Order: sequence, then C-alpha cells, then structure tokens
Amino acid sequence: MHPAPSVIIFTTFSGLGFGLLAWLGLGFPDVSGGTAFAFFFIAYALAVGGLLASTFHLGNRKNAIYAFSQWRTSWLSREGIASVMTLLVFAPYALSLIFADTALPFLGYLGSILALITVFTTSMIYTQLKTIPRWNMPLNPVLFLLYALSGGALMAGEAKVAGVLILLLTLLQVAAWKMGDDRLSSTGTDKGTATGLGSIGTVRMLESAHTARNYILDEMVHIIGRKHAQKLRMIAGILIGALPAAILLLTPAGHVTSFVALACHILGVIVGRWLFFAEAEHVVGMYYSRD
Amino acid sequence: MTKPENIKVETSPPVSDEVRQTTCYMCACRCGINVHMKDGQVAYIEGNRDHPVNKGVLCGKGSAGIMQHYAPSRLNAPMKRVGPRGSGEFEEISWDEALDIAAGWMGPLRDTDPKKMAFFTGRDQSQSFTGWFAQAYGTPNYAAHGGFCSVNMAAAGIYTMGGAFWEFGQPDWDRTKLFMIFGVAEDHDSNPIKIGLGKLKERGAKVIGVNPIRSGYNAIADEWVGITPGTDGLFILSLIHALMKSGNIDLNYLSRYTNAGFMVNGDESSPEFGLFLRGKSGKPQVLNRATGKLADYDKKGVMPDLAGNIRKAGVTHRPVLQLMADRYLSDDYAPEAVAERTGISAARIKAIASELARVAFEEEIVIDQPWTDWKGEKHDKMVGRPVSFHSMRGISAHSNGFQTCRALHVLQIILGSVEVPGGFRFKPPYPKPPEAHPKPHAGVTPGQPLDGPHLGYPMGPEHLLINEDGSAKRIDKAFTWENPLSAHGLMHMVISNAHAGDPYKIDTLFLYMANMAWNSSMNTSEVMRMLTDKDENGDYVIPHIIYSDAYSSETVAYADLILPDTTYLERHDCISLLDRPICEADGLADAIRWPVVEPDRNVRGFQSVLVELGAKLGLPGFVNEDGSQKFKDYADYLVNHERRPGVGPLAGWRGEDGTGKGRGAPNPEQLDRYIENGGFWVDHLPEETQFYKPWNQGYQDWAVERGIFDAPAPYVFNLYVEPLRKLQLAAEGHGDVQPPENLRQRVKDTMDPLPIWYAPFEDSNVDPDEFPIHALTQRPMHMYHSWGTQNAWLRQITGKNRLYLPTKIWEANGFEDGDYATVTSAHGSITVPVAHQAGLNENTIWTWNAIGKRKGAWALDEGASEATEGFLLNHIIHELQPPKADGMRWANSDPITGQAAWFDLRVKIAKADPPPPESQPAYPPIKSPVGKGPKNVARKVK
Amino acid sequence: MTALPASTDKKLGLVIDLDTCVGCHGCVTSCKGWNTENYGVPLSDMDAYGADPSGTFLNRVFSYEVQPADKPAQTVHFPKSCLHCEDAPCVTVCPTGASYKRTEDGIVLVNEDRCIGCGLCAWACPYGARELDQAAGVMKKCTLCVDRIYNENLEEVDRVPSCVRTCPAGARHFGDLGDPDSDVSKLVAERGGFDLMPEQGTKPVNKYLPPRPKDTMETAGIPDLKPVATEAKGFLGWLDKALEKL
Ligand SMILES: Nc1nc2c(c(=O)[nH]1)N[C@H]1C(S)=C(S)[C@@H](COP(=O)(O)OP(=O)(O)OC[C@H]3O[C@@H](n4cnc5c(=O)[nH]c(N)nc54)[C@H](O)[C@@H]3O)O[C@H]1N2
Ligand SMILES: Nc1nc2c(c(=O)[nH]1)N[C@H]1C(S)=C(S)[C@@H](COP(=O)(O)OP(=O)(O)OC[C@H]3O[C@@H](n4cnc5c(=O)[nH]c(N)nc54)[C@H](O)[C@@H]3O)O[C@H]1N2
Ligand code: SF4
Ligand code: SF4
Ligand code: SF4
Ligand code: SF4
Ligand code: SF4
Ligand SMILES: [Mo]
Repeated sequence: MHPAPSVIIFTTFSGLGFGLLAWLGLGFPDVSGGTAFAFFFIAYALAVGGLLASTFHLGNRKNAIYAFSQWRTSWLSREGIASVMTLLVFAPYALSLIFADTALPFLGYLGSILALITVFTTSMIYTQLKTIPRWNMPLNPVLFLLYALSGGALMAGEAKVAGVLILLLTLLQVAAWKMGDDRLSSTGTDKGTATGLGSIGTVRMLESAHTARNYILDEMVHIIGRKHAQKLRMIAGILIGALPAAILLLTPAGHVTSFVALACHILGVIVGRWLFFAEAEHVVGMYYSRD
Repeated sequence: MTKPENIKVETSPPVSDEVRQTTCYMCACRCGINVHMKDGQVAYIEGNRDHPVNKGVLCGKGSAGIMQHYAPSRLNAPMKRVGPRGSGEFEEISWDEALDIAAGWMGPLRDTDPKKMAFFTGRDQSQSFTGWFAQAYGTPNYAAHGGFCSVNMAAAGIYTMGGAFWEFGQPDWDRTKLFMIFGVAEDHDSNPIKIGLGKLKERGAKVIGVNPIRSGYNAIADEWVGITPGTDGLFILSLIHALMKSGNIDLNYLSRYTNAGFMVNGDESSPEFGLFLRGKSGKPQVLNRATGKLADYDKKGVMPDLAGNIRKAGVTHRPVLQLMADRYLSDDYAPEAVAERTGISAARIKAIASELARVAFEEEIVIDQPWTDWKGEKHDKMVGRPVSFHSMRGISAHSNGFQTCRALHVLQIILGSVEVPGGFRFKPPYPKPPEAHPKPHAGVTPGQPLDGPHLGYPMGPEHLLINEDGSAKRIDKAFTWENPLSAHGLMHMVISNAHAGDPYKIDTLFLYMANMAWNSSMNTSEVMRMLTDKDENGDYVIPHIIYSDAYSSETVAYADLILPDTTYLERHDCISLLDRPICEADGLADAIRWPVVEPDRNVRGFQSVLVELGAKLGLPGFVNEDGSQKFKDYADYLVNHERRPGVGPLAGWRGEDGTGKGRGAPNPEQLDRYIENGGFWVDHLPEETQFYKPWNQGYQDWAVERGIFDAPAPYVFNLYVEPLRKLQLAAEGHGDVQPPENLRQRVKDTMDPLPIWYAPFEDSNVDPDEFPIHALTQRPMHMYHSWGTQNAWLRQITGKNRLYLPTKIWEANGFEDGDYATVTSAHGSITVPVAHQAGLNENTIWTWNAIGKRKGAWALDEGASEATEGFLLNHIIHELQPPKADGMRWANSDPITGQAAWFDLRVKIAKADPPPPESQPAYPPIKSPVGKGPKNVARKVK
Repeated sequence: MTALPASTDKKLGLVIDLDTCVGCHGCVTSCKGWNTENYGVPLSDMDAYGADPSGTFLNRVFSYEVQPADKPAQTVHFPKSCLHCEDAPCVTVCPTGASYKRTEDGIVLVNEDRCIGCGLCAWACPYGARELDQAAGVMKKCTLCVDRIYNENLEEVDRVPSCVRTCPAGARHFGDLGDPDSDVSKLVAERGGFDLMPEQGTKPVNKYLPPRPKDTMETAGIPDLKPVATEAKGFLGWLDKALEKL
C-alpha cells in the first residue's frame, strides 16, 4: 500500500492522542488546573490533528457528514462516531479538571473505554481487509491498542508501566512482522487464482493494461525491497521499544529521560507505520506482477 | 440526510440530441460510426449496426475517436516555415497565401519539367482522386504508400488470382472450419477479422496462427506456430509438398479454374521457353483430355489432361501441374528438410498438412444453389472446402515476400478453397486479374497531363518504365529491373533518391498524410538528415517541401509549407469503388465522410484544397472551358465527376432519379442519400453470384451492370505467372529490353513463375553469426501508427514501448526488468528498455510499432514517456542493403515488387550497463507549432 | 446502502471469454467514452498530454503469459472491470452509504453525491475494480451501464453495456447470471466459467470462460498423409487415375 503521509500521521498521532486520553480518563497522571490543560491540550491536539490529517486522504470532504451514517456495517463510520463520542465525553471531564479541579471519575472511565474503542475501530478499518492479508489478523488490533496504551503511558509519564508495555509491544510487533510475511501466501491467493489461469501453468503479466500510472498502482501496488524492509524493521524495533524501554527501565525517572524515550518511540512508530503501509501487499498486486 | 435506500438512479437519461452517421478514420478499416451530438458538440461515438464493415462494433481506436477529434495537436491554420527545416518554427498564413506559394512552385515546374514535382501520399483513402490530380499535372512521380506497406501481398494476389487478402477478400467466416493466419498483428480489415474470429470461436472452429510472436490473434489461436521470420515460404511449400505427394489436391478445381492445365513450352532453345503454348486465337492451350489434342483453355466442354504431354520436334511440352510436381515433390521440401530452418518440427508440419487435407476433403460443404459457369455449363450446387487463410505483412514485408505470398495463394488454390463456400471469398470489385488493371505510365510532356495512369501491373519487360539508357523514369525507380512489378511505387525510396539526385533531382516534394520524417521511413535518422541537407550554395538539396497533415506530427517540422487538414469528423471523404472500397464478400459497398461538425480552426479538407490548387494551376479536369474552377469543393467533385460515362466516385443512388446502382448520371442529391442511409451504400450480391466469381456467369453479368467491368471478364487463376517468366526470359538474354548486368542473375533467380523460397536478402548481406537475431515490429490494435499518441486515452494504454526478448536471449544476457539493451544492426544501434516474453520464437525480438515519438511533436510535453522511453526500430533499418562485393547497394526491398523489407532486419544485442537516462538515439526537441495540450481533461457535454 | 441485500432479484453481470478476447481495448475506450459522458462525473485524465499522465478507467485489459509444463507459453488477454460481487466487501466498508448493491439487479454502484473519496472501498476490492477519480475526488467503478441497459431512449438491441456492444470479437456477454436458463448461465455451464480469486469470498457475479486447450495438434496422433507416389513419375500415374474418376 502507498505509505501516504496523511495516513501515517493519522494513525500515529491519533493513536497517541487517544492513548493519552485513555490514561487521563483513568486518572494517570492525576492532574488539574494548568497541568490538566496542558495534558488535555496535547491529547486533543494529537487526536484531532490525526483525525484531520486523515481527511487529507479524502477526495471529497464536502460529503464528510455522511461518514457517520453507516455505523451498522462500516468500521470507518464506527471509528468516526467513536472518536467524536470520545472527544465529546472527555470535554466535560477535562473542563471540570481544569476549571473546577474536580474529577468526574464516571466520565473518565467511560471516556477511557471509548478512547480504546476508537483505537480498536481504527485498527479494524485495516484488519477487516481480506485484500491485505498482512493486516488481516487478530494480532493487528492488539498491536494498535498496545501502541496507543504504551505511547499514552509514555506521555502520561507512567515510565515504568510504559517501559513494560513497550517491551511487550516490541515483542508482539516483531512477531507480527514475522507472521505478516507468510500471510499473503497462506491466503492461497496467487496469480493463478487471480486470473483463474493457474490450472494451465504459471502465470505472469506480459503487458500491463496501461503504461501510464493509475490510482490502483499509486495507491495499492507499492513495492519495497526486502533488504530495505529488514533494515527499517530493525530501526523501527529499536526506536519503538528497545531504546525507550532501556532508557525507562534502566535510568532513573526524570523529565529529560522521559522526553528522550518518547521522542525515540514516536520516531519509531512513524517508521513502523510507514512499514505498516509500505509492506502491506494488496492482492490486486497479483494482476500487476511481472515475475 | 437522504436515506440511501431511496437513491434513485436515472436509468433512462437522454442519450443525445442527434445522431450523425459517418465513417471512422481512426484507421483505414473504415467502420461506420454513430456520432452522438449534444449541444452541437461530439458527445459519444459508437458503431453503426447497419454498416457492412463493422456491424455495430468498434475497436479501441474507433471508440476513442472523440479524443482524436478534440486533440490539442490539431493544426490551426496554413503555415510557412520561418526557422531552419526541422526546427518547427512556423508563421501562420492565409489560405490565399498558402495556395499562391504552392502554385508558385508547382506552376512553373509543370510548364518546364513536371517530373521535378513529386507527389506522394500516405495513409490516404482518396487515391483515385490524388492520382487523377497528379496525372492531370503531368508528373510521373506519384504513388501512395503501398510500396513500403504491403505491395508484395497485393501484387502477388493480383498476379496469382486477381486479389489478395487484406481489402481484396476475406475468409467465409460463417462456414470455414479450419483457419490459418500468417503474419498478422492487426491488418486493415481490423474489425471484420475480429468479428470473423469471434464467429469461429463461437463455433469452436480451429485457428492456426503462424507468427514468431504469440500475441493478439495468435494468442487466441488454438495452435501457435512460432515460425522463424522469413521462412514462411519454405513452410508453405512443404505443406504443398505433403499435399501433392498424398494426392490431396482438388483436381476438378485445378482443371476448371486454374492454369494447371496450360501447356508450357519446354523447348530450352526457344525464346518462348517457359511461356504458354498459344493457339491461333492467341489463347493458351490445354491438352483436351477427351481428344488428346490442344485446345483453347476456355473452350466449352474441354477438360485439360493434367497427366498428359505433347512432343513436338523432339521437345516435350507439359502442363503447369507437372512442372509443379517436378518442383514440389522434391525432397528439398519434405517436412524433415525444412524443419530446422523454419523452426517448426516435421511432425507439426505433417500434422497441419493432414488436418488441412482432412478438413478440405472430408468436411466438404455443399450448398444447394444452382449456378452457371462462364462456359455456360450449369451446376446444381456450390461445393466448398472449409479451410481458409489470411495473411499480411509478416510474410509480405520480407525481401522474399512476393514469392511467399504467391506460395500461400497456390496452397489455397490446390486445396480448391478460393471463391468457394467455406474458403476464401473475394470482395467485389475484386477479383480482377492483372490483365484487367492498367499498365504503368510515365510519358511526360511539359504543360500536359501524363499519358496514362501512373501505376499498374506490367505483363512483361515491355511495360517497364525505363529510358533507352536503362535509367529510371520515376524518382522512386518503380517499374525498373530493380523491382519490375512495383505496382504501388516505392514511397520509401523517394527522399533518398531525390537527395542523391539518382535518377535525377527534384524541386518540389509534395507529401500528404505520411509521417516520413519519423515512423514511416526506414532509417529515420538518415531521412531527417537528408531533408535538412544543403548543397554547395547553401540551398536545401530538396528545395521545396509541401505537406498536408491534420496534426502536429514530426514531419510537419520538415516542411516549408503546411496545408492543414481537418479531422475526420469535419470533412467530406469518399471511400470509393475506384480505389479501396469497403465491400464485403456478399456486397458491393462504398461510403462517405461528411462534416458532422464544422471546423473551428482555419483548416480545410485536403481534397478540397487540391480541387482549388488544381484549378489555380489550370489542370485539365479541374477547370471549365473558360478557365474557371470546375468543382466548388471535394463534395462537388464526388457528386459530379465522372471517370467513365455514368461511373463516378460514388456508386450509390446514381442517375437523376437516384435509382442507379454503380452506373448512372450524376445525382445532385447523392450525398444527401448517403447521409440518410448512414453514410454508406451497399448492394447485396444475388445468391447465385456469391461464389466462384471469376467463373460465375451471373456474377460477371452483375458486375458489368454495376459498372465494375464494361464487359464480362472471366479468367482462370495463375498457378504459373507468365509475366514473371517473361522477365526471367529477358534475363536469360531474350528480347530487346534487357536487365543491367549487375541485376541479371538476380532477375533470373527470383522471377520464378512458380513460387520459390530463398532466404531473405539480409541473411546473405550481413553475417548471420554476428547478427543472429531477427527484429520485428507489430501494430498495437489500439494505436494507429503515430496517430494514437495524441489521444489522451490511448496514450495511457501504451505510452512507451519495450523490446520483448525471448527466454533464451533474456537468460543468456542476464536481463532483469527495468534493464536496457543496445541493439545493433549492420546500419546502426539503439539503446532501449527490454522485457521478457516466453511465447516468442527463440531467435526473435520485437516491439510495438510507432510508439516512440520525437520530443516536441504531437502537442505533448517534451518529457513525455513516448519521447524519453519510447523508441523506433526504424533507426536501425535501412532503405539500402549493405554494399555488395562490387560496391553496389541494392534496395532493402523485394526484388520483384520493391516492397520495403522491414522484417528482414537482423541484429545483435547486449545489455546496456549502466542504462542510459533515456532511450537512444535521443533527438533535440522540435518547437511545437500548436503549443502544448491542456493539463487535465474531463470532457463532458452537459 | 452499506448493508448488502440478503439476495437480489437478478444477478446481472458479464461473462468474458478468454478464449476469444484478442486484447483490442475496444471495451476499454468504449467504456471510457460512455461513462465520461453519462453516469456521474466525467472520467478525468490528469496531466493528459504531459510527462506523467494518469486517468480513470472502469475497465482495463491486461495481457498475461501462462507457461504450461510441457508446451509453449500461452498469451491470454484479460479484461477486468467490477465483478458485481454478491458478497461485495467494497460495499460493507463504505462509511457513507455511497457504495451500495441494488436489490433489483445486483449492480454495485457508487452514489457520487455521498462519496467522500476515502478510498476504503477500493482497498477492500481484491480486483482493482474501483478507481478514485483524481479530478472529482469521488470513487468510480463499472456501473454495468445501468444507464444503458434500461434506457428507453435506446433501441432494445442497444440496451446492453457499452463494452459488450462494442466488442468486435464477441468476447463479452451480458445477462442474468441468477437465472440458470439465461444464455449467459448456459454459456458458463457449457464452457466451465470460473470466478476470480474465489478464496476471497466475494462471490463475483461476473464469470470468465477459460481458454480452450492449445497446441494439441502435434501430440493428437493425427495420422500422416499417405503418399500416392514418391517421385514425379508415380505422381503422374496417380494423376491419370484420379482424373479418370472426375
Ligand atoms: N519499423 C516499422 N516501420 C514501419 C512499419 C513497420 O511495420 N515497422 N510499417 C510501415 C507501414 S506498412 C506504413 S503504412 C507506414 C505508416 O506510416 P505513416 O503513413 O507515416 O503513418 P502515420 O504515422 O499514421 O502518419 C500519417 C500522418 O498522417 C497524419 N494524419 C492523420 N490524420 C490525418 C488527416 O485526417 N489528414 C491529414 N492530412 N493527415 C492526417 C498524421 O498526423 C501523421 O502525421 O509505416 C511504416 N513504418
Ligand atoms: N491498430 C492498427 N491497425 C492497423 C495499423 C496500425 O498502425 N494500427 N496499420 C495499418 C497498416 S498501414 C497496415 S500495413 C496493416 C498491417 O497489418 P499487419 O500485417 O497485421 O501488420 P504488422 O503489425 O506489421 O504485423 C506483422 C505481423 O507479422 C509477424 N511477422 C513478422 N515477420 C514474420 C514472418 O516472417 N512470418 C510470419 N508468419 N509472421 C511474421 C509479426 O510478428 C506481426 O505479428 O495494419 C493496418 N491496421
Ligand atoms: S477498425 Fe477501429 S479505428 Fe479502424 S475504422 Fe474501424 S473502428 Fe475505426
Ligand atoms: S469487483 Fe470489487 S468493486 Fe466490484 S463488487 Fe466486487 S469487490 Fe466491489
Ligand atoms: S470512496 Fe466513496 S464509495 Fe468508497 S468507501 Fe469511501 S465513501 Fe464509500
Ligand atoms: S458494463 Fe459499462 S461501465 Fe462496466 S465495463 Fe462495461 S462499459 Fe464499462
Ligand atoms: S473489446 Fe472484446 S476483444 Fe477487445 S479487448 Fe475488450 S473483450 Fe477483448
Ligand atoms: Mo501499411
């Protein structure tokens, strides 16, 4: 898939934002007044910014209102609704913390659940796609949730929890990469089934239907070199987890170390997200394969 | 919010305000189209269901016609060159000025030396008109593009049986059971072939594709015969060998309808050796099987004795069939003997021969339709052999193409499958034997018309167009010993001969609709040099070039004066029975184009411009007695011109009352009738005339009625072509018109009256070990030469080409996707992107024709992939062969017809490491005289 | 509507004959022509005359090479447009309800007045049958020419998709694949029509007919022709006898 900056930004930052909200709703850290403002500002900025970024991916924003209409069937619609509900529920919770210095725990817990649901719906937008086997596995939502929770914990300053979560995340991410590598072949989809010609012999594309670009090629047929991918996985793995976890678990807690760990982690998530898209083989690629 | 459940889709929107029916010209197939108009604009184009050619369907080009019509590359106004030739710098001028300039060059030449004006036309469909113009002007130097296109096919067909495949005839698609297609990627008969193949597929009939490349029609063939290029003749003669040897030939057919029984003079010492024995009547003689005596071949009741012979004065004279047996039964043609050279296993050749024999003779078709033959004999049924063939440039565009095409026709004929149910059928006005065609003319008198039509079919050395000293009368050296039967001229030799001043220099080169500075020239780079080359005085070696194009092609940049044509939807045109009609086997048909929209630029239909230019020059036929312009425009000419009394460009609705078919006085309302009828006229053949046309009394009479002939002209097929033997005899020293010494042996060797095979000339001119690979081009079905590129839809489908390599070459050189290769011939090299194809003859490489473009042409961005990655093979093909031992360079053409031997090309290949930044050679951009196209397009007439 | 109908009254679709398609792209440009002028926004072409063009097409024709174990490689031309799947994943993912499958005939359509151009339906389609129009930002796909097949302004014979009407080889067939007695259903049964990527579970309505077996002649055991003579003289003897029988 095309690793479009808009979707990378969206998934990275809205994930962090909703992750932070989830922790805030549970009272971690226990903030009020100006500090609460700062935390909620950051959380909202990330969540809303991410969502806005995702709309850059839209061809026709003027119809956006309809996107909330199909919650019965569409994960994208559900995500829209969940994210708006989350933001709505957190608003009085945050206001009350900032201005009244009062926690409304019920709203907080509800908000946290909604935040996690939002992250889950986001993950399902990708996970549901049978056409992209690498995404189409149960581990995918788990990872999305872990990303949100660990990034959120980092930002919430819950260093030790974050450290543990990040370690777990890293392990599962590595596992997901490995599992993902076999997903396409395990679906049984190949050039033979794509064209139905497999029973005659081995199939390869002789001539594409178009020498010019088109939407399908630009969007779905992104080919990334295997060696290149392995290197990036290493980098992502170190930045997401190994390095921040080491910093968090082995050094004494402090603002500077937390910040360094967070910066590393975010950078890692961005690389990871880039890989998430770039490595995702869409089965339509079968129609364009020359080997 | 609307509930989605309530979505109402407009399922019955109005389609258009009006439908105007005309003829497609995205290629020369000439399908009927319905042009849907909205708001006075073209909105949608679909096929015309009633049209005899396409019956409603359209190909990829035709359906994209709207984008051709609205292409930004359209020329806007007449132009004169202001920068150096080739720069593309022009100034727009008025039509008056343009015509003054043209007449200013052409008028004085006509009065002094008309041959200094050479007029050559390309993808033109008005040859009877342009030829008439050139004849009235008086230059011998006129031809269309057939010489580099497919004259081998046309001429071999005419000489053998009065017509070839192509526009001359078609398989009996409804009945044939086994169909063999040789060397065709697309052809002119584009939609009819596809419709026909569709019919075969529906019935599950067998298709055998003979082609080094498995694509297009060959992809759907049941059997793919991946032959080695240039060896079809050998393969076909081997099939003939197998069929003759097993007695699988149609003796009844051969006896009645061919010259198989003509007695051939066997007297080696005679100047008539190898010619037919003729009787007092002058007619060829056969041995009457009933009497054992010689008789006129066409005498009623005579059946020739193909097995007999006569001895006279110690010399044996034998019928043609026996000469064929002598030759083709030889083991030289045994499947085992040809397998290696053709790349087809002996078992495969045998299987194909068996299958041909089985289907032809065991699956005979009988139609209960009585008919009467030319001798008055009545037949109560029509018997057919359901095997059929089609072929085009794959066998034609080789230096042995004429003889190979002949061989294929002979194969069809011995199977008895021409003009019979299930076999191959002619499309009227064909068949038409060589005798019925004009002879070539080149008699020049300053200020006067030429002494006759330019082109035709010579019947012997006496018809060649050579001077006493043996020099050529025509600039292209057509009808000389170099290529005596060059029935279509040699457009590919015009620029190089004119540049060399051989046989003479010319002053004005007038070109129409041919991209000669690019894809239609052999050795494009050299041609561009010749067009810009200057003499010692600093003048261009070819002083004046006038060109008519409709679009901003590469060649526009090389002309001094541009006469901008309209698009095909903006002008009158005529697809006439007088030149290249649209007939089907069971119908006589012609068609028009008419301005379904008026041009919005200062452009004019080229034929109308010629009408005016002819009048300005005072050409006979173009002016009234008082010297005033005779025809207002081309439309006026179409209606009112008569070639012979009662016969004009259009055959339908003739006569004052419009009831005349083929014959009749001009009808002022003729064009309206055509328009009302959808732009075409068709007249179906009566049932009893549908087959056996050359020998069918009913057909002959019908043809006379329709003005195709002036008197019935039945004839028999020429297995043995006597005019070839006459040329050969001259080379053997007989007669006054003698070939030059350097060509004598070649004439003897190649003008064989019975089909032969010899290796393509390039094989002996270059070292086959050094250049082991055959390099070919194919036409993409969705692109017409260079035209398609300016079409925003089509260029997305194929906007660059790659060189396809077979597995053996791909692996031996370690090629990978994205690689470039340097391809070198004896003439030059190109460096181009490659791709792998497994379904390819193992010694053959190929690419799509004419995708590569010059930067700056066609209103495209200079970085267009057509110009940066796309490429032409033409740069490494040459119109001349490498020098012989005596230093002479022969044309890279068929020695009989002069057909350009595009596909003889041999090359070697090497990986280009590192790849160049763009395909090589790369030329500097030309300045676009029409600017560049708009950025984005989303055209919809509301 | 984003939910798929439990069943549709008809299953209109195409049957594409891979044994007959010559790869002429007639269906491609005819489709582009009709659908630019008709349903929804025109199919745009970006940088149309430039260095890097790209445009929207609803139907495209690929060429594949198939290499059997013991025979020469075969070439197959392969047209591909929306298959109007029964279990169309493109529909259920759509957040706006713009994508829907019609209950009356099973045609899958995009309501452009609702589409936000998110592209998710194109991601969900295994076949690459949807293209987001870059000028209008709405999703485009084969409409099965819904504005032709019922169009009362067209003659009855012309009420078929544009691509079917134009296909010169007759490789495209249109009809109700839900009706086992329809011509298309019979054709599918007769010729062993198949689904593309059945494992994706989309249940395509459109079917493909396989190429017939190829290059069988050499091994089919066709008997060699029997010679009537081995040299010219023997041939004459045969000729004489054969002529007698005429
Ligand atoms: N390598 C290689 N080269 C080949 C061949 C090959 O097989 N291989 N094939 C050869 C053959 S057979 C042929 S016929 C030639 C064809 O080559 P050309 O005859 O040169 O064909 P086009 O490129 O179509 O060029 C025709 C010109 O006509 C212009 N034109 C289009 N429409 C109109 C119109 O309505 N009016 C006017 N006045 N002009 C118009 C176009 O813009 C173009 O410049 O190519 C030859 N070249
Ligand atoms: N779409 C489209 N249609 C066109 C044209 C076009 O440009 N585009 N051009 C028109 C013109 S001007 C012409 S002349 C016709 C030409 O129509 P075609 O004859 O179909 O022309 P080519 O594309 O040159 O195809 C030649 C075929 O012969 C094969 N071939 C080459 N050498 C050999 C050989 O030695 N033996 C055999 N058996 N096969 C061989 C090639 O692989 C190729 O498939 O098409 C006309 N129709
Ligand atoms: S074959 Fe195609 S381009 Fe040629 S005339 Fe017919 S529809 Fe037009
Ligand atoms: S082919 Fe693709 S777009 Fe069409 S219905 Fe099936 S999934 Fe949807
Ligand atoms: S692009 Fe349009 S039709 Fe497709 S899922 Fe998004 S809103 Fe629905
Ligand atoms: S049915 Fe209509 S929209 Fe679909 S591919 Fe055919 S022409 Fe295009
Ligand atoms: S129009 Fe017919 S033959 Fe041509 S590509 Fe389309 S399906 Fe194939
Ligand atoms: Mo040609």
